[in-house]
Amino acid sequence: MRWETVIGLEVHLQLATESKIFSGSPTTFGAEPNTQASAVDLAMPGMLPVLNEQAVHYAVKFGLGIGAQISKRSIFDRKNYFYPDLPKGYQISQFEAPIVGKGSFEILMEDGSSRTIGITRAHLEEDAGKSLHEDFNNHTGIDLNRAGTPLLEIVSEPDIRNAAEAVAYLKALHSLVTYLGISDGNMAEGSMRCDVNISLRPLGSMTLGTRAEIKNVNSFRFVEKAIHHEFQRQADILEEGGKITQETRLYDADRDETRSMRSKEVANDYRYFPEPDLLPIVIDDIYIESIRESLPELPADKRSRFTAQYGLGPYDANVLSDSRPLADYFETVAGECGDAKIAANWVQVELLGQLNRAGSTIEKCPVSATALGQLISRILDNTISGKMAKQVFESMWKGEGDADEIIEARGLLQVSDTGAIDAIVNDVLSANAAQVQQYLDADEAKRKKLIGFFVGQVMKLSKGQANPQMVNELLAKKLT
Amino acid sequence: MHTKSVAQLVTGLRERQFSSVEVTRAYLDRIDALDSQYNSFITVDEAAALAAAGVADERLASGAANALTGIPIAHKDIFCTDGVRTSCGSRMLDNFVPPYDATVIQRFKSAGAVLLGKTNMDEFAMGSSNESSFYGPARNPWNTDLVPGGSSGGSAAAVAGLLAPAATGTDTGGSIRQPAAFCGITGLKPTYGRVSRLGIVAFASSLDQAGPMAHSAEDCAFLLNTMAGHDPLDSTSSTVATEDYCATLGDSLEGLRIGLPTEYFGEGLDVATGECINDALKELEAQGATLVEMSLPHSALTIPTYYIIAPAEASTNLARFDGVRYGYRCENPVDLHDLYSRTRQEGFGEEVKRRILVGTYALSAGYYDAYYKKAQQIRRLIKQDFMHCFEQVDVIAGPTTPGPAFALGAKSNDPISMYLEDVYTLAVNLAGLPGMSLPAGFVEGKPVGLQLIGRHFSEARLLNVAHRFQQATDWHLRTPDSAKGGTL
Repeated sequence: MRWETVIGLEVHLQLATESKIFSGSPTTFGAEPNTQASAVDLAMPGMLPVLNEQAVHYAVKFGLGIGAQISKRSIFDRKNYFYPDLPKGYQISQFEAPIVGKGSFEILMEDGSSRTIGITRAHLEEDAGKSLHEDFNNHTGIDLNRAGTPLLEIVSEPDIRNAAEAVAYLKALHSLVTYLGISDGNMAEGSMRCDVNISLRPLGSMTLGTRAEIKNVNSFRFVEKAIHHEFQRQADILEEGGKITQETRLYDADRDETRSMRSKEVANDYRYFPEPDLLPIVIDDIYIESIRESLPELPADKRSRFTAQYGLGPYDANVLSDSRPLADYFETVAGECGDAKIAANWVQVELLGQLNRAGSTIEKCPVSATALGQLISRILDNTISGKMAKQVFESMWKGEGDADEIIEARGLLQVSDTGAIDAIVNDVLSANAAQVQQYLDADEAKRKKLIGFFVGQVMKLSKGQANPQMVNELLAKKLT
Repeated sequence: MHTKSVAQLVTGLRERQFSSVEVTRAYLDRIDALDSQYNSFITVDEAAALAAAGVADERLASGAANALTGIPIAHKDIFCTDGVRTSCGSRMLDNFVPPYDATVIQRFKSAGAVLLGKTNMDEFAMGSSNESSFYGPARNPWNTDLVPGGSSGGSAAAVAGLLAPAATGTDTGGSIRQPAAFCGITGLKPTYGRVSRLGIVAFASSLDQAGPMAHSAEDCAFLLNTMAGHDPLDSTSSTVATEDYCATLGDSLEGLRIGLPTEYFGEGLDVATGECINDALKELEAQGATLVEMSLPHSALTIPTYYIIAPAEASTNLARFDGVRYGYRCENPVDLHDLYSRTRQEGFGEEVKRRILVGTYALSAGYYDAYYKKAQQIRRLIKQDFMHCFEQVDVIAGPTTPGPAFALGAKSNDPISMYLEDVYTLAVNLAGLPGMSLPAGFVEGKPVGLQLIGRHFSEARLLNVAHRFQQATDWHLRTPDSAKGGTL
């Protein structure tokens, strides 16, 4: 039987507030255990939560970014369960009245096609602490630094059909939230954690199958692998006539498998009820509009603009609009050199290639956008060839100076002087009479191959500095 | 000295008739001599109290005194006190010493008050007799075979027994007013949000409110001036402006309309108690007030509504007591589940466990709509009843309790009859209104409390009515025989 995969994603996004959602403790990552936990975070007796307005601001910003309904009145609820890294014995979350309602956004696939993924809701909640099972000799250590870090839980509709779409969705989400500046999106530090809900149904069926929830899949690659693995597991069960158990599973990246954590049937009854220590979040149109006005150009808008303004294809436009720093970088390069298409090509191929190899990011790029624009200008004004430009770029990367300095220092100026090139061409032709005769005897198709030999010789003699276009033109004229 | 009011002590200290160290020493000596009868204190740190009194005397000498500089105050052991054990009457917190002060405590410290000690209470404020305390019951100074009421029973007994000039309490369903009534003192539960809850060990967050307990309305006004006010660290604390609660104490009662809910004078009210209340009402009438009969039609639903909401909130508020970070932890837990279950089984008393179970049940899947949600709907109706009444009257009056203090042990095995003790006080918390109890006479030597209920944030008016009543009566000035011992 052919199966259709139905996937919904729950993303826990850490909001980039300076302090926690209900206390004044800082949220800096990587501090010594329990140095960023106040009496509120430790749930000391009598301590009370006070809502951090910045978290509300960020949630509204996200809602506006996906065109969602923003609740004018939303409430916090207590989600009750016992666990040592949950100090109060309940998590303050939002259940019945989340701050962000239904919305959607578009994802773009590598083949250029696009799909709209619905967002069911997004709600504010606090993170729990961490249980540390190593290093404590059969005991568990508790680090409450993370307890109370603001999270926005973003729940998608079951609109996703395969791993590629899931990854595209997460990338688009990552792009959106970093554009909005509401999260650092650092997946390695847990700023974006993903639970994957996945079920199978016979292709063409409209009813949903029983789902499994795969917890805490924390990289794009793991999401892809976990979905592949889980698809196969469920398909195997179904094809043998078995039934899927509704349960929570854990993806083990080391073994590339998912395994059962606990069955939902015996899972906690969370006993949600409205948090009496906090007032409802009441916001008005003025507040919402002021945030709307502060929104930056969002990835989708930027993508369309790049297509229209610069004539880029949808895929290029998507890559270049992926992050705000990259898009800004590209636009600066394009403005400096005046040719957006070449700029796009250089940024995607040379620059991103170099960054990938170096394991670096655009924010830490040693070559400024203006400097790269100037380098491209030197190709466009025939100062150097594209090939030489790549060498110059390597030197710029190493910090040897800007394009003009390097060209000057290395004597890389392209020779575009007709007389000088003419002399070299003549030398080459007279030194290779046999090849010239071979060329003249050949048909059109073979000539195209043979001309490369002469070009190569000329370039060699000119130490690569001859303008290749002029060399080609001169050779064509003389070899008739 | 121990018979002086807060107001008199303030004047005496300012005029250097005596020092704060002398006053504090006097009360500490009385606690030492007499508290074995009452068991009203859980913790007294003599050295710290005297040191604070010494500091207060320096301030008094330098002329830099604040409103309560040098006045010793007893605090219910539910208020977190920096460096002083805060047990909440429970084994669970028997070893708990907070590294911070509740906002109320901070305010008293800023006002210059001396922390005399921490008073006994029902465990986690759950009870109406002080019998659920891990530290044993407090006793009623008017008759030590009787309960002092609860949950702020220790505070009421300490004030009635003249072991402290004034005390603080908290009131979730009557826990200030009922013990005030039983012990013949004056107690005020302010409007919900008037006094910060930060640093008060939570029982039921939407109902808890701290207030003053003293001999007179005037002393309560003195304390409330210090306690009331917005706290940015308590999101439910109100930004409505406070008043000088002493300023209007003497205002005339001419034209005051007092509502008498028929439901508070019907079946279940002890006849002699009812007569005391009627006499008190006649006094108010004599001062120019008009008595208006009225109805609070949803009164019968008050107890079931309260006993869903309060335990529901308590069941999650008390989840933090898990033996992981502070407080009681069972010996040698074998695993996490064992740690949780034995810690809580051994650390909590019966009444607390009963309420946690009731609350957990009321919130559980499949029952939430039938219990918690329904209770919240009825809560709104109860509040509406009051709002309708306050369109016609200024204050509502009635008995604080159905009868006077009962004997120790009389109700401790019958939770329902214990819960009925609070039949007249619970609705005030559900509606978030201010309410107070003031001495209105005696039945067979046992004090009777008159309850006054006001509109939201009408504390000044309630204190004014109570003060005018106390100007014309002396019930609040009577001293129990048991307190007449001791030397001063």
